[in-house]
Amino acid sequence: MRRTVFPHKLLPWLLLAPQLAITLIFFYWPAAQAFRQSVLREDPFGLSSQFVGLANFRKVLNDPAYLNALQVTVVFSVLVAFFALGIALFLAVQAEKIIRGKGLYRTMMIWPYAVAPAIAGMLWLFMFNPSFGTLAWPLRQLGINWNPLLDGEQAMALVVAAATWKQISYNFLFFVAGLQAIPKSLLEAAAIDGASRRHAFWTIVFPLLAPTTFFLLVVNTVYALFDTFGIIHAVTGGGPGRSTETLVYKVYNDGFVNLIMGDSAAQSVILMVIVIALTAFQFRFIEKRVHYG
Amino acid sequence: MMKTVNLWALGLIALPMSAQAQTEISWWHAMTGANSEVVEKIASDFNASQSEYKVMPVFKGTYPETLNAGIAAFRAGQAPDIIQVFDVGTGVMMGAQGAIKPVAEVLSEAGFEFDKSQYLPGIVGYYSSPEGEMLSFPYNSSSPILYYNKDIFEKAGLDVNTPPTTWAEVWAAARQIKESGAATCGYTSTWLTWIHTENFAAWNNLSWASNENGLAGNPELAINAPNFVNHFQTLADLAKEGVFVYGGRTSEAKQNFTSGECGILTESSGGLGDIVKSGMNYGIGQLPYDDTAEGAPQNTTPGGASLWVMGGKSDEVYKGVGTFFNYLSQTEVQQYLHEQSGYLPVTLAAYEATKASGFYETNPAREVPILQMSGKAPTANSKGVRAPNLPQLRDIQNEEYENMLSGQQTAEQALNNAVERGNAAIREATGG
Repeated sequence: MRRTVFPHKLLPWLLLAPQLAITLIFFYWPAAQAFRQSVLREDPFGLSSQFVGLANFRKVLNDPAYLNALQVTVVFSVLVAFFALGIALFLAVQAEKIIRGKGLYRTMMIWPYAVAPAIAGMLWLFMFNPSFGTLAWPLRQLGINWNPLLDGEQAMALVVAAATWKQISYNFLFFVAGLQAIPKSLLEAAAIDGASRRHAFWTIVFPLLAPTTFFLLVVNTVYALFDTFGIIHAVTGGGPGRSTETLVYKVYNDGFVNLIMGDSAAQSVILMVIVIALTAFQFRFIEKRVHYG
Repeated sequence: MMKTVNLWALGLIALPMSAQAQTEISWWHAMTGANSEVVEKIASDFNASQSEYKVMPVFKGTYPETLNAGIAAFRAGQAPDIIQVFDVGTGVMMGAQGAIKPVAEVLSEAGFEFDKSQYLPGIVGYYSSPEGEMLSFPYNSSSPILYYNKDIFEKAGLDVNTPPTTWAEVWAAARQIKESGAATCGYTSTWLTWIHTENFAAWNNLSWASNENGLAGNPELAINAPNFVNHFQTLADLAKEGVFVYGGRTSEAKQNFTSGECGILTESSGGLGDIVKSGMNYGIGQLPYDDTAEGAPQNTTPGGASLWVMGGKSDEVYKGVGTFFNYLSQTEVQQYLHEQSGYLPVTLAAYEATKASGFYETNPAREVPILQMSGKAPTANSKGVRAPNLPQLRDIQNEEYENMLSGQQTAEQALNNAVERGNAAIREATGG
C-alpha cells in the first residue's frame, strides 16, 4: 500500500489547531489550575495564599463527609446505570415486537433526552414534593410515609429515578440500533431448534448486544458521576443530612458555597484520577471479555 | 456596504467620548421579580437626576451566585464597582480587607456628611466593623415574623385576632389545629438556621457564640445551651407527631403555608409578597419568644443584603458611588424602596415619613419587623452573628437538624454535633 505524503508541513498543524486550542484552553488549562489550587491554602478572594503541599488532600481523605460522599456516589452510580440500562433494554426489546406505530413509539421514547437535567429534576420534584407533589398525595394515601425532605433513602430513590428516567432514552436508542444489527437468521435458527423466546434472548441476543451494553455502561457511569449535578441540585441539594451528596456535588458545595478553594480543588483532582482510572480499567479489562461478533 | 463601515467607524470614535463624559458604575445584584424592578427604577431615577454618573445594574443570579461571580471577577481583576452581598456573606466580605472599600470612607471622601445616628441602629450595627465603621450599605433588610391563617384559626376554635406570642403558645395552637382537624399540619417554618438558631438567640437574649457572637473576634458556638436544646427537642417531638412539618433548608416551607396545609408559619418579612399574592386570609404577629429565657423578647437581627464597594477603583468611580449611596439614603427613595419591596427602610427619617403618611395604618404588618428589630437597644447577644464561614456553619446545622427531625438523633446530640463540627470549621477557616 502506498503511503500518502502531504507536501505541506504547516497545513496539518493548521487544521489541527482549533481542536488543539479548545483542548488546551478548556481542558489542560483548568486542570493545571486545579492542580495548582489543590496545593495552596487561600482565602476566597486570593488575597493571601500559602503553599501547603499535600495537606489539602490529607484533610479531604480524612474527612468522614468525603468518605460518605464516595459511598453515596457508588450507590447512586450503580443504581442509575443498572436501572437505566435494564429498563432501556426491556423497552427496546418490546419496541421490536411492535408492528404498527413503531416510529411514533420510538420517537416518544427518545423525547426525555432533550430535557435538561435541572428541568428533569424539577419535574420529578413537582411530582413528588411532599407538600405540593401531585403524586406524593396518593403515596401518602397508600399508607407510605412519603417525606424525601427528611428520609435519606426516599431522597436517594427520587434522584435515582429522575437521573434514570433522563438516561433511558439515550440507552433505548443504542439498544434499538444494536438489536437491529443482530442477524434475523440466528433467531430463526434458534426458533427452528425449539428454543423459547426467553432462552433465545439470553443465549443469542444478550451476548451479541455486549458491545453496545459495554459502551453504554461506560457512558452511563460517566453520566451518573458528572452529568447528574443539575438533578441533585434541583431536587435535594445533597440533603437530607448528606444522604444524596455525591463527590461532584461536594466539590461544588465546598468550593462555591463554603468557599474553601483548596479542599474543593483537591477533591476535583481526586475526581480526575478516579475517572482516568475507571476509564482505563473499563477499557483494559472489561473490553477484552466483550464479544465483538 | 461602505455606509455601514463608516457608521461603525463613527461609533468607535464616539464611544470613548461618551464614556469620558459620564462615569459608569456597575452594580451587580441578586434581586428578582418585583424587587428587580425596584433596582432598575432606582438606578434610572438616579441617572436621570444628574449627568455625571451612570449606574448600571446587572442581575447576577441568586445571592450565592452573585457573591461567587464577584469573587471570580475580583480574582480576574474585573470586579464590579458595587456588589450586593447577602447577610450570610458579610463575614466573607469583612475578611477580605484590601478587596473592599468601607462605605463610610466612600461617602466622606465623596464629600457627604455621614451621620450614623440617622440610620436604624440595629441594621447599621450589623454592617459595621468592630470599631464601629460602617463597611457596607444596607440596601435590603428583613426580619423573621409570624404569619397565621385566619380561616384555619377560626376552624380550630382559636382567637383569630390574637396570634401566639411565645413558643409555648405556638406549640399549643399548632396542636389544637392538628387535633381539631382544621389543617393537617399546625406549624411550619422557613430557615431553621436563621430563624430558630440565630434569631432565636438574639430575640431571647441568649448567646449564639462567644466574642459577641463573633462581632468582636473569632466565635466559639454556644448553641447547645439548655434553651436551644429544649426548643429543638420540642420541634423534633412535634415533627414526630406531625404537628410541625419541615419544608426545607431555605424558604420552601412558605409553600406549605400558602397551600393551606399548615396553620402557622415563621418566615422573613420579605416573604410577605408571596403570601399576599396567594390571596389567603392571613394575620401577622411578632416572632414568638421563649418565655423561659430571661429578658425575652430582646430584639431580632437583620437578614437580607447590603451593598459592598470593591477596592482598587478610580477616585472618579468612588465619587460616583458615594453620590449614588447618598441618593439611596434620601427619605423619598428609602420610602419608595420600603413600600414597594417590603424590605425595611434604613434611615430613621424614612421610617418616620412612612409612619406619618399613614402607610402602617393600612399595612400594620410592615411595621412589625421594624418594631421588633429596634424596640430595645441591642445587647452583646443581639447585634447579629458573624463568622468567616457562616454559609458553612449553616450547612452543618441544617444537616444535623435534618438528622434530628428524621429521628436519627436527639436535639442534644444534634446541637452538640453542630457546635463541635462548627467550631472545628471556624478554626480551619481562621487558620488556627
